[in-house]
Amino acid sequence: MHMADALLSPAVGTTFWAGTLAAIAYCSKRLKETMDEKMVPLMGVLGAFIFAAQMINFTIPATGSSGHLGGGIILSVILGPYAAFIVIASVLTVQALFFADGGLLALGCNIWNLGIYPCFIAYSLIYKPLVSYGATPGRIAFAAFISGVVGLQLGAFSVVMQTLLSGRSELPFGTFVLLMQPVHLGIGIVEGFATAGVINFIKSARPEIFESTFSARPLAADISLRKVFVGLLIAAVLTGGMLSWFASTNPDGLEWAIEKTFGKPELPEHTQSIASSLKKIQESTSFLPEYAFKKTENTEAPKKEEAWPNVDAGKSLSGVVGSSIVIGMVLLIGFSIKAMRRRI
Amino acid sequence: MSHHFVEFKDVHFHYPDGSPALNGLSFRISHGESVGIVGANGAGKSTLLMHINGYLLVASGSIVIGDLRLDKRTRQDIRKKVGLVFQNPDDQLFMPTVFDDVAFGPLNLGIAHDRIAERVAEALGTVGCLKLKDKPPHHLSSGQKSAVAIATVIAMRPDILVMDEPASNLDPKSRRQLINLLKVFEHTKIVASHDLDLILDVCKRCIVIKDGRVAADGPTKNILSDKVLLEENNLELPLSLQNNHEQNSTSIEKNIPKENTAMNELEKLNHLLHHWKEHNDEHAETYKEWASKAEQLGKNDLSAALNKIYGAAKNLSSLFDEAMKKSA
Amino acid sequence: MFDTEFFNLGYLDRLSYQDTFIHRIDPRIKLLSSFMFIVAVVSFPKYAISGLLPFFLFPVLFLALGDIPVRFILKKILVVSPFAIFVGIFNPLLDGQPVLDVLGFTVSLGWVSFASIMLKFSLTISAALLLIATTSFPGICFAMQKLRIPKAFVAQLLFLYRYLFVLMEEAMKIVRAREMRSFGKRGKELKNVVPIIGVLFMRTVDRAERVYNAMLARSFTGKLYSTKPYALTTTDILFIIASAGLILLFRVVNVTALIGKWTIG
Ligand SMILES: Nc1ncnc2c1ncn2[C@@H]1O[C@H](COP(=O)(O)OP(=O)(O)OP(=O)(O)O)[C@@H](O)[C@H]1O
Ligand SMILES: [Mg+2]
Repeated sequence: MHMADALLSPAVGTTFWAGTLAAIAYCSKRLKETMDEKMVPLMGVLGAFIFAAQMINFTIPATGSSGHLGGGIILSVILGPYAAFIVIASVLTVQALFFADGGLLALGCNIWNLGIYPCFIAYSLIYKPLVSYGATPGRIAFAAFISGVVGLQLGAFSVVMQTLLSGRSELPFGTFVLLMQPVHLGIGIVEGFATAGVINFIKSARPEIFESTFSARPLAADISLRKVFVGLLIAAVLTGGMLSWFASTNPDGLEWAIEKTFGKPELPEHTQSIASSLKKIQESTSFLPEYAFKKTENTEAPKKEEAWPNVDAGKSLSGVVGSSIVIGMVLLIGFSIKAMRRRI
Repeated sequence: MSHHFVEFKDVHFHYPDGSPALNGLSFRISHGESVGIVGANGAGKSTLLMHINGYLLVASGSIVIGDLRLDKRTRQDIRKKVGLVFQNPDDQLFMPTVFDDVAFGPLNLGIAHDRIAERVAEALGTVGCLKLKDKPPHHLSSGQKSAVAIATVIAMRPDILVMDEPASNLDPKSRRQLINLLKVFEHTKIVASHDLDLILDVCKRCIVIKDGRVAADGPTKNILSDKVLLEENNLELPLSLQNNHEQNSTSIEKNIPKENTAMNELEKLNHLLHHWKEHNDEHAETYKEWASKAEQLGKNDLSAALNKIYGAAKNLSSLFDEAMKKSA
Repeated sequence: MFDTEFFNLGYLDRLSYQDTFIHRIDPRIKLLSSFMFIVAVVSFPKYAISGLLPFFLFPVLFLALGDIPVRFILKKILVVSPFAIFVGIFNPLLDGQPVLDVLGFTVSLGWVSFASIMLKFSLTISAALLLIATTSFPGICFAMQKLRIPKAFVAQLLFLYRYLFVLMEEAMKIVRAREMRSFGKRGKELKNVVPIIGVLFMRTVDRAERVYNAMLARSFTGKLYSTKPYALTTTDILFIIASAGLILLFRVVNVTALIGKWTIG
């Protein structure tokens, strides 16, 4: 499932874009170092395969709804995690453009959620250690299954956090998690089964595909637990840093998320002091002055001030009138251009 | 530089899964020849063509192309001489636009960026697809794809043009256009196809492959009118020969007689002489240029010495001529 | 279902190769302005509605100037809306605080924020769709390369795009054949689908091998060159200045509220 632009705040969206771009740059660099030129067309065509394979859906037993193959694990098995991540990122980019899945700002989050977790955590830390040389089909199925489920669970949790941090939805943390995780557990189980089935099918029909895989090469697969943790730590620090920097221009999202998470209307003491100092920074640095101005004006009623022009403009008739005029004008411009173009 | 023969000598090859594909294949194709390769499905035609390009390497036997023996080291250079058009144009066209695809080969050859457009236009013009330049390949019809695939190869100006089933999925008109196009090519041409009428139109010589061996080799007209031979190879008389009932299978060299090899050696020598004479002529011209340059620089004694070299080289040329006459 | 998706993809792709004023704008400019637009839209706070309305000018201009069929875009937006609706619809349920009366109805804050999400949703999704409908995919890749996105990734996008249609067609043939032989749901069970996907996968790997051969046959040495001679024109510069200006204006000044005040007095 895809995160959507409309649920994001610019801070969260751009932060995850930054993280995703960094990951793409790092993987590209790794690929360049270890690259077998043969991989260029293989990655491209496999990206197209993931697309095509996701169109072949199947019925999920008992529920009657339909599911499809998830790409992360199978790509990692063939290509190694770095190349697999690049392929997934490319697939999601095409989906964001041609299918409008999520949108362009959310693309950063989506690549993160559906690329980082399956390739670098589920595959590298679960599948790979579980499946050694000469693993039985049963063991492969088990590993594919578990890693598929874990990857998706992490992705779903990530969506919850991104939505929460953005502060556009009223869903409380607990409820949202309870909604998202089980749904994705179901999807993960189905995808895990499909992945396991396909891997074993190919392994029995054409074992040489796996023997010559790029992930089997030493350089492509040397991800250690420590490296991943260090990477995640750096990512967390960077994310935290960027978020708090952005929060200076848009504190309500963060406050709101914290409130939902901790279930308290007011922040713990020390957080409050951070928030107030953030607010000070915001007063001097805000890049949307008008918004900041409104904020500082009435700090005692956070809910109302967010609703800025609507509450005053909308309570009177003028809001409705203004809106109708704007929509009318926009449509008029559109139609007149169309009419003019037709005449030419 | 017109020395581009292709010679297979007792070539054996089997795929990694053990299935044998070539079993002692031998033939020789001289410069400028047009040769059709025919045979049943699985006879080994595609495998053979992949060898010419060095994509597959022989298990035993040898392949010589021009003056290079094909192996891991030389295949990079040989690929510059041999243009291979694959069976499926979708595999051949991998770039996002027709222009980029045709430019791909020349760019890899190191052609300067500002001269690329010219090259591309020339190649696309030859196959009549200039107006498709900016289209992505998936917007083309099958016939257009095949034509562009050929353009991608001729843009590299190969000396030997090798094609695998160039006419599959072409409509009759595009097929006709392709045939006309192939007819005007002056390259050495090697075409594998089940379309015997196309072979008959385009190729003067025809080699029949069976189980990875040469089953017959001779003038296309004779081979393709030999009903028995064709039937043995899952082939049928070309339409254009079907009313023509009398057949003369006498002139076909089935399985290439032994005494032929000696003659082939001689022919090879003749070819080599031809080749080196050409080199020599070129060198002679270069010496002459040097001589005139030296004269321009006021170094008359140097110029005279260089002119002497030029004269000697010219003499050498006539010696080559003499030797060639004797080897012919 | 599969057929429609394939058709839509191909249709959108074809639209992107038209030749109109919008199509001719440099891809870099369109990519940048689309991003500015999206960031400006999502930067509106949770309860913003009236401030968002002027932004519809942009998609309308793209639709009109780029000769894009409105219905097609609207349909696509509807198809992808479920997740935004799924998350957004909780707002009215959870936040019932009344804020305003419109023509006698009391509207709660939750509905306002839900409407805001849906407005943002239609604006941002149409921005993505209209970008691809008016810019060829290779053009977008070119823009990305110029904007310093790593080359390996850009090359990957181009290859993916090239073989997307080829493989989807192949998959479609397989699916059609399956549908012809399966009755109701029986052929669609996982155990029947696995071999189909597996076969498609193996064919894909073989194809990659053949493509690689074709690349080698043309002296591929690991480098992919780009030849596109794009250069920014005055129109491009004016376009980016105008769109940046308008986006900033609409973001800073609530045009709707102003117009409302002027008319009512
Ligand atoms: N990749 C491969 N792996 C294993 N065996 C192969 C492979 N490609 C071809 N073969 C086998 O090698 C033999 C020769 O195949 P080849 O493709 O050269 O035939 P062909 O004459 O081109 O046939 P067609 O007319 O069908 O194109 C066949 O027996 C085939 O099964
Ligand atoms: Mg063949």
